[in-house]
Amino acid sequence: MSLKRKDLTGIASLSPDEIMLILETADSFKEVTGREIKKVPALRGKTVVNFFFEPSTRTRTSFELAAKRLSADVINFSPSSSSIVKGESLLDTARNIEAMQADIIVLRHPSAGAAETLARGVKSSVINAGDGWHEHPTQALLDLFTLREKKLEFKGLRVAIVGDLAHSRVARSNIYALTKLGAEVRAVGPPTMIPACLEQLGVRVYYDMDEALHGVDVIMMLRLQLERQGRALFPTIREYSRLYGLTADRLRLAEPGALVMHPGPVNRGVEIAPEVADSFSSVILDQVANGVAVRMGVLYLLSGAN
Amino acid sequence: MIGSDKQHEKLIMDAHEVARALTRIAHEILERNKGVGGMALVGIRTGGVHLAHRLARRIQEIEREPVPIGELDITLYRDDLAGRKDQPILRKTSIPFNIADLKIVLVDDVLFTGRTIRAAMDGLIDLGRPAEIQLAVLVDRGHRQLPIKATYIGKNIPTSRDENVRVFLEEEGEEDRVVIIDGGAP
Repeated sequence: MSLKRKDLTGIASLSPDEIMLILETADSFKEVTGREIKKVPALRGKTVVNFFFEPSTRTRTSFELAAKRLSADVINFSPSSSSIVKGESLLDTARNIEAMQADIIVLRHPSAGAAETLARGVKSSVINAGDGWHEHPTQALLDLFTLREKKLEFKGLRVAIVGDLAHSRVARSNIYALTKLGAEVRAVGPPTMIPACLEQLGVRVYYDMDEALHGVDVIMMLRLQLERQGRALFPTIREYSRLYGLTADRLRLAEPGALVMHPGPVNRGVEIAPEVADSFSSVILDQVANGVAVRMGVLYLLSGAN
Repeated sequence: MIGSDKQHEKLIMDAHEVARALTRIAHEILERNKGVGGMALVGIRTGGVHLAHRLARRIQEIEREPVPIGELDITLYRDDLAGRKDQPILRKTSIPFNIADLKIVLVDDVLFTGRTIRAAMDGLIDLGRPAEIQLAVLVDRGHRQLPIKATYIGKNIPTSRDENVRVFLEEEGEEDRVVIIDGGAP
């Protein structure tokens, strides 16, 4: 089978087969990233535009590296250096980019649904690199890829996602992806950070972290968005850390050999203790390394659509 | 599957002929390279990989020495990627040894336009600089579009351009044979 779609705007619309196709394709690219010459000519002559309306180093660099390793030409656009500040709308700017014959636009935007809107308005392929609190599909795909690489079966896998789920596109994409593949997902956080009706996505909600971690195979920590402090979501960082920080003691409540994940950037000593972030259980750096292979896979699969 | 209709199939090689051709190629490889030293086999996915494994087994039987074997996927090096509607399925390249300064025997089932071999050579050279690249094919059906020639050939089969040569192998649940299928796809 092949990926018969123009865009990747979210995990919600992907079938389990499509998810597995992306992961298998990424597996082939992982081999490429391990070579001495980490470049293949598959996207020669194609143009990939990174269109980032929010600060991001990791994701943008990862997409840029992925596109370059496929021999595509890469252009980086950010609002401070473009005419967005002059009042041009998202769609108008994108159409201008398209007129320069961009084949794939990678979009990060603070508004939910921005990628979908853009995808409908342009002929180029659009990849969502994070839209508001909505989705961040390539992050979820690289998380799945990392789990698969560690020889974990998705069916019946017990995964706890801990932190500010209400404001996390990473959590949402992972919930869609993991539940589609048959994993059991537990959401853990203070009530102010758990969105209403989360159970409808097939997730079990916990407010007590110790209870939630019992017997899990994977712990996905979310970054505490410190800039949200003072918005009545949590009283103090210290209290949040005491109740929902992952310590070595808490890690022992999970299954022996459980994996610890984090989408980065890590607040050491807040949501995760340094000795846990650096432990053998942590696959945080594997996630980053796998990000390039997964994005190469997505770029490759979508590049056939035009 | 296209071509499973026996009416339009013409048998070119049966299982015995395939086996004899491979045995002869194994001997030729050893003769030309004076043994297995400094040599490796690399099969082109998918048919070439099966044939490379068979050649490796024969070579080991003859020389009592194993020969390194790798698997090459040429998808990313195809010259028709840009014009395609659906991207072809990518499979993994797995060459668990350093090819630098080795004599590499590329193995494929059918040699036709030569475009696959061009892609394979590019893919191989991205992994290092082999001392030499040789080419072993079970069938050479002519109609080259690039200046490429096989070093070892199981059988030369004159064909017309719109005929289709297919190699069926046990590894894929078929009886070993090579057939010509009349006209049409693919």
